[in-house]
This record gives sequence, structure tokens and C-alpha cells, in this order.
Amino acid sequence: MKGLKIVVLAKQVPDTRNVGKDAMKADGTVNRAALPAIFNPEDLNALEQALRLKDKYEGTEVTLLTMGPGRAAEIIREGLYRGADNGILLSDRAFAGSDTLATSYALSCTLKKMGKIDIIIAGRQAIDGDTAQVGPQVAEKLGLPQITYAEDIMSAEKGKIVVKRRLERGVETVEGKMPMVVTVNASAPECRPRNAKYVMKYKHARAVSEMQNADEDYIALHNNRPYLNIGEWSVNDIDTNSEELGLTGSPTKVKSIENVVFQAKEAKVLEPTEADMGELMKELIANHTIG
Amino acid sequence: MNNVFVYCEIEEGQVADVSLELLTKGRKLADDLKCELEAIVIGENLKGVEKQIMPFGVDKVWIADDKRLYPYTTLPHTSILVKLFEEEKPQIALMGATSIGRDLGPRVSSALHSGLTADCTSLVIGDHEDKKNKKEYKDLLYQIRPAFGGNIVATIINPDCRPQMATVREGVMKKEIVSDAYKGKVKNIDVEKYVKPEDFVIKVIERHMEKSKVNIKNAGIIVAGGYGVGSKANFDLLTELAEVIGGEVGASRAAVDAGFASHERQIGQTGVTVRPKLYIACGISGQIQHTAGMEESAMVIAINTDKNAPINAFADYVITGDIADVLPKMIKQYKENTK
Repeated sequence: MKGLKIVVLAKQVPDTRNVGKDAMKADGTVNRAALPAIFNPEDLNALEQALRLKDKYEGTEVTLLTMGPGRAAEIIREGLYRGADNGILLSDRAFAGSDTLATSYALSCTLKKMGKIDIIIAGRQAIDGDTAQVGPQVAEKLGLPQITYAEDIMSAEKGKIVVKRRLERGVETVEGKMPMVVTVNASAPECRPRNAKYVMKYKHARAVSEMQNADEDYIALHNNRPYLNIGEWSVNDIDTNSEELGLTGSPTKVKSIENVVFQAKEAKVLEPTEADMGELMKELIANHTIG
Repeated sequence: MNNVFVYCEIEEGQVADVSLELLTKGRKLADDLKCELEAIVIGENLKGVEKQIMPFGVDKVWIADDKRLYPYTTLPHTSILVKLFEEEKPQIALMGATSIGRDLGPRVSSALHSGLTADCTSLVIGDHEDKKNKKEYKDLLYQIRPAFGGNIVATIINPDCRPQMATVREGVMKKEIVSDAYKGKVKNIDVEKYVKPEDFVIKVIERHMEKSKVNIKNAGIIVAGGYGVGSKANFDLLTELAEVIGGEVGASRAAVDAGFASHERQIGQTGVTVRPKLYIACGISGQIQHTAGMEESAMVIAINTDKNAPINAFADYVITGDIADVLPKMIKQYKENTK
């Protein structure tokens, strides 16, 4: 049986969930260097959905696509360790300053170049922006239908895809035709861990920009084992209209950024004693806040 | 032309609260801009729906009524909005940051090449000077939202592309009727002219819409826990206090991620926004993505082992201590004082 061709859109993001004290500079701004870069959590949920389809439908190929700087190749390796077949890093200064729309444009141009794809799966949103826009915007640019908030891709066969969605007040099962764009919620199953066999196989997988200081032996290794070469594409590898790229192609502009500085307000300080708690409760009852 | 548009969501024949909140904000923006407020409703059996909408100061209600348009699917709603926006050229378009608005908004913005800002916490009109290109812009929509995990607050503008699009979560804006007698026009959309047969490729084959059991949004008292609560067992103390004083239990994202509480209890930028009369924050440090969802609480009690926790800046009462020690004392004292 002919398998599916699946592309997973993934993003490397700063781990905004673990903003410790050292992550803030003395002036109250974010010290990005102190934040670890991670595989965006919902993109891992998306990868798991892709890998489940691969388990189910023989011959299925899972390709990761990420846009970012050279170091974003790290998440492609992470994906390979968990069972993806290959990956493409889309990296170019031309994409710098992209908002969600310019990002979607660059990704959609890349996806067009990648040939026939049955399902494009992405995380619902990334934790650095929380916008949930790139998936639907890519779908629109490719003229494909979309299923967002997916929790389970139940089946994908005979050209049809059936997906369970998790909404605010319940669940919905929808059916559509492939090719389809699907975005996956955090409520979907967690991604499987790394597989030791794949870690051994792919630990030397590198993108071109990571090979610049490689010695001859390392280059020879990569020549002998083509699967260790992570695809790296620049703006020249895809057909784009430069007006729609990067900052120029971004309709939204950041007018100003305010770092969050907490302003002190007079508060009553209480000790965790029976007496203080008693006074507090009397006050709250007296002013009808509780009771 | 060039008016403010609000996309109204329908649930079981009722216009969603988030849409009514956006109509209220839309009215204010239209007043500031001296233009009209228009609403668009897409669904089935919508006869008379304008009666729910016009009292919020809506000058024109667009209705697309067709049995294929409910329940919501992406493509036909997108086609209608895209075509209508091309014809009517709104300067601003607002929708709820719901599973519908966040599915539809990006699609429409991508088709129109217009800027969209998700999950805004504030929308105001203001000017902008582009110093580099020596251009002045009057009356832009400032779309203000926390970003980068809530560590910064960004003001986003769309200088050149229209409409300026934004989504806002339920409960963030206030809902206020202008007048029950407010008179606007109704415009029925000829659906056939706006949708294509291929827009109906996605079929909803099953739906169980269950009302969420937890309703922290309308709770008068909320006892909320953060990661600092430390364990599920300690979280049970919050539940006990909430039951005793007649409140609901809420949680920060970190507490939900840690498995202490379920997602529907999450308060903050990616959860719900609450305005209770009393908010008791237990073991919550007070990152802005959480405080964005509770800062309008009338009274805040912060209980934390860290006496410098940022949440204390919002607090009326600060108790420095351990949850496992403080909460049982509060429960006991409440019971003693209400005998």
C-alpha cells in the first residue's frame, strides 16, 4: 500500500514557561540568552499525530519543516530521534522580522516546492506568540481546507481524513478530503520519547550551515551517509515575491514594547497566625465580601 | 464604507457573549472614529437575530442565513467575510478569540493580506509616526497584547493594510447595551453569490456540545492556585476553602500544566479572564499572563512563601506563609466567625 506524505510544521521557541529570575535583566527586560530553546510543545503533539499515522499506514513518510536560524536544526534532529524520516530547515536573513502572515507565506512557498503532500500537520500555536495563526494562514495561501484544534486524527485513507476536534464546550468529529491542513491541540496525546536506535542513527545529522567548520572525516561521513544531511533551503530554493517576505511582507508592526514592571501598591501585610486570619475573616465578612 | 465590523458568533440561536462584548468595544471605537458599527452574523434560522444585536449600538446588521452555514465550518464563513470585506472595506474587523474566531480570523487575514493580532487585551485609537519613511498615520487601531509568555506587553499596529483585524478573548471587554430602542438596518446576504460548492468539503459528522461544568468566569469569589501550591493534595485545601466560603477554584497555567487542576479552571491570557469581588491567589507568583486574567478583581489576597512575589503588587492583603499552614487557619476562622 502506498503510504501518506506528511509534513509537520515545527518551531523552535524560547521556553517562556520557565522564566526564572535569571531570565530577567536588571532593567526588567527579558534576557533571551538565558532562556533555553525548545521544540514548541504543541508541535510535538502534532509530530505524534504524524508518527501514529506512520505506524498505521505503511510507507508513510514524515518530514519536518521549520523556519528559523541555523540552530533550529536542533529540533529537526529531535524529530528524527523520535521517528520522523527527514527534515528541511528554511533559513535566510530575508525572512527576518516576519509576522505570522509573512511566515505563512514563506512556509507556503516552501510547501509548494516540496511536491505532493497529503497532510500538513502543525501545532495549534507556539508558546512565544500564542497566536494560532500560522496554520490557517498557510492553509489559505495553499488553497487547502483546514481542521484546527485537532485532538485525534482518527483515520486518513482513500483520500478522506477524519479528525476529532476539542472545542471550548465539547468535541466535534469532522470529515474532509486530503490534502488537508490540521493543527493539533495540547490536549492530544503527548509525543513519544526519543528512540535509542534513531538517536544512534541520526546523532550526526547536520544542516549545511552546521557543517561549515567540519573536518574532512566528518564531511566524508556525511557523503557516505546521505541521510545525515538535513535539508537546508534558502530563499533562493523557493519561488517568492520578495515584497511578501520578512518585515516588508508583514502587515503588522510592533509600535512599542513595554517590559512588564510591577508597580507597588499599598497592601496590608498579615502574619500566618490564627489571630491575623481571624481579623481578616471578620473584615471580609463585615464588608460583605464573603459570607 | 470604512466602518467597524464585528463578526458575531451564534450558539444555539443566541449571540455569544464574546461577540456582544466586542460590539460594545466596537461602538466605542466607531464613536472615536466617527464612523458606523456593523455586525455580521452567519448561520441558520437567524430570523430576528438583529434584535439581540442592535441594542449594542449597531447601525447595520449583515445576515447570511442558510442551513449549510451551521454548525460553523471554516471555508463558507471565510468566503462570505472575504467577499463582504472586499466590498465594504471595513477599517477595523473584530472577532472573538474562540475556537471559531481563531480558526476564521487568520484565514480571512491571509486571503486579504491584512494584519491580524490575536488575543488583544486592550484596543484603542491612536496616531503613529513612521520616522524612517517620514509618514504620518492618523487614527490607527492600537492592538495591545501580552507576548513572549507574558513578559512583555506589545502594542501592534497595521499601518497600511485594511481591515485592521484583532481577536479578543471572552470576558476581556465589558458588555453594555446602548439602548433597547437603538435602530439599525438589516442587510440580508445572498449566500449563493458568496460561497462556492467546494467550500462545503468539510462535514461535521458528530458533535457533543457539552456545557463546561466549571464556571469560574461568573464566580464572585475565586480561590486560585499556582505552581507554588506544590501538590495535588495541597490543591484540595483550595477546594475546601472555596466550598466553605462559596467560591470556585481557579488555577494558573503553571498549575494546570503541573496537573493540579483541569484546563477549564485556567485563568489568564490563555485561559479565562475573571473579575470576582474576591480573588485569593495561593502560591501564584504573578506573571503577567496570569495577572492579565485577574487584575480587575475587586479585592486580592495573596498567599505566598516569597514575600517579594510580583502578585503582591496587585494584592490588598499579603500573607507570607505556606499554603498548608495558612488555608486551614482561614477555614477555621471563617467557620468560627460565621457561627
